[in-house]
Amino acid sequence: MDLITMDDLTNEEAISLLDDAERLLPIARGDVHLPLLEGKVLANLFFENSTRTRLSFETSMKRLGGEVLNLSEVGSSVKKGETLYDTMQMIDGYADVAVIRHPRQGAAQYAADAVKIPVMNAGDGAGNHPTQTLLDLFTIRKGQGKIEGLNVVLVGDLRYGRTAHSLSHALSRFGASLTLVSPDPLKMPSEIVRDLKSSGCHVEESEELSPAISSADVVYMTRIQRERFPDEAEYEKVAGIYTLKAEDLRSAQSDMMVMHPLPRVNEIHPSIDATSHAWYFKQAFNGVPTRMALLCRSLGIEIPEAII
Amino acid sequence: MNEMRRVSAICNGTVIDHIPSGSAVQVMRMLHIDGSHSNPISLVMNVPSSKVGRKDVLKIEDRELSQEELDRLALIAPSASIAIIRNYGVAEKRQIGLGAELVNIAKCSFFNCITQNPNEPLPHRLQVVSQDPLEIRCAYCGRAQSVGEIIESLI
Repeated sequence: MDLITMDDLTNEEAISLLDDAERLLPIARGDVHLPLLEGKVLANLFFENSTRTRLSFETSMKRLGGEVLNLSEVGSSVKKGETLYDTMQMIDGYADVAVIRHPRQGAAQYAADAVKIPVMNAGDGAGNHPTQTLLDLFTIRKGQGKIEGLNVVLVGDLRYGRTAHSLSHALSRFGASLTLVSPDPLKMPSEIVRDLKSSGCHVEESEELSPAISSADVVYMTRIQRERFPDEAEYEKVAGIYTLKAEDLRSAQSDMMVMHPLPRVNEIHPSIDATSHAWYFKQAFNGVPTRMALLCRSLGIEIPEAII
Repeated sequence: MNEMRRVSAICNGTVIDHIPSGSAVQVMRMLHIDGSHSNPISLVMNVPSSKVGRKDVLKIEDRELSQEELDRLALIAPSASIAIIRNYGVAEKRQIGLGAELVNIAKCSFFNCITQNPNEPLPHRLQVVSQDPLEIRCAYCGRAQSVGEIIESLI
């Protein structure tokens, strides 16, 4: 099974992966040792920087007894002009499953078409990031007890943020109401907004965050990416506009979740870290059980009903 | 026929009639008719038609276009009438239609798509997501492609 976009999973399959991830939690935490993937090799192909995604795939594989190959562009044949196709032919012979992040859109589908082993998309340009979406859904279900019919506020760089693109699509399939908060130059691409609305999703767009907080079940912050701005002054103008502090959450529902794919710059003030609203570090941990579930699924490994 | 025939009948080859007025040049691009071959080509543009008002007609002598070549014309001339001519008579009438995918007909027009690297060997694939309204997306990056973009990116 490849996972290139969330469209590769039905709602039922997505839920069943979340259930698998739930069962794998004791292994993810390191409480139980169960080498379900012993003898299997994962190729981590990161043609673009990553911290959490690469490390959580690596720890997921290792906690399940598997091995990991890491390829980075620096010092590899890729720098010498090797095509992605050729790189993938080599990986097809060395590994049982591959995870790829690439600056070009469509690279993950292209890589999957080039090989027989399953391929997972860990981010292709401004395209998709479905493994992040699954861990986001897992986190939301942990905090809200469900993923259907929630009020979710997506904040920040909605134009280039692949995390926001993938997550909004998935949430729309589960009947969410979405509030899209961004400065005008970083608005969600209109074709995505059109897709969301045509799937029956209630969508509001705004430049103001504070009015959206009181009715939100989830406030999902994203980083405004400095590299997108032509000059520093323009970036500074919008960089600070969505800084969430503990005092901004006075009107929030008690179980409202603040999430962030991380790294954060100044979107979430550390004063929130100690509140019950802070979910972003748990969210980063949830990448482990979720990616464990995906690795098992793609390699056709059954997960025992009860793991204790 | 009341009106004088603008172009004489051909002995053998392919006649593409009822091309939307003004689109014949694009049809020629899609069929790679670019002057590099020596067979005669006749092009008539903007002539009156009882069926569609005005139309273009293209007659290609000594070449029978394959179904695969003809099907790509459905992008710009879905209602074209196509006849294979042998010995001055219509030997076959061909229907055309877009398949589910256009393979190696045009490149994805998105500048950051993986297929923009000319050294990558896998085929260029554009998926026909819907016929009406026409919606075509790159099979790799998922970007929607307009007919104009596809014609600009013909291989």
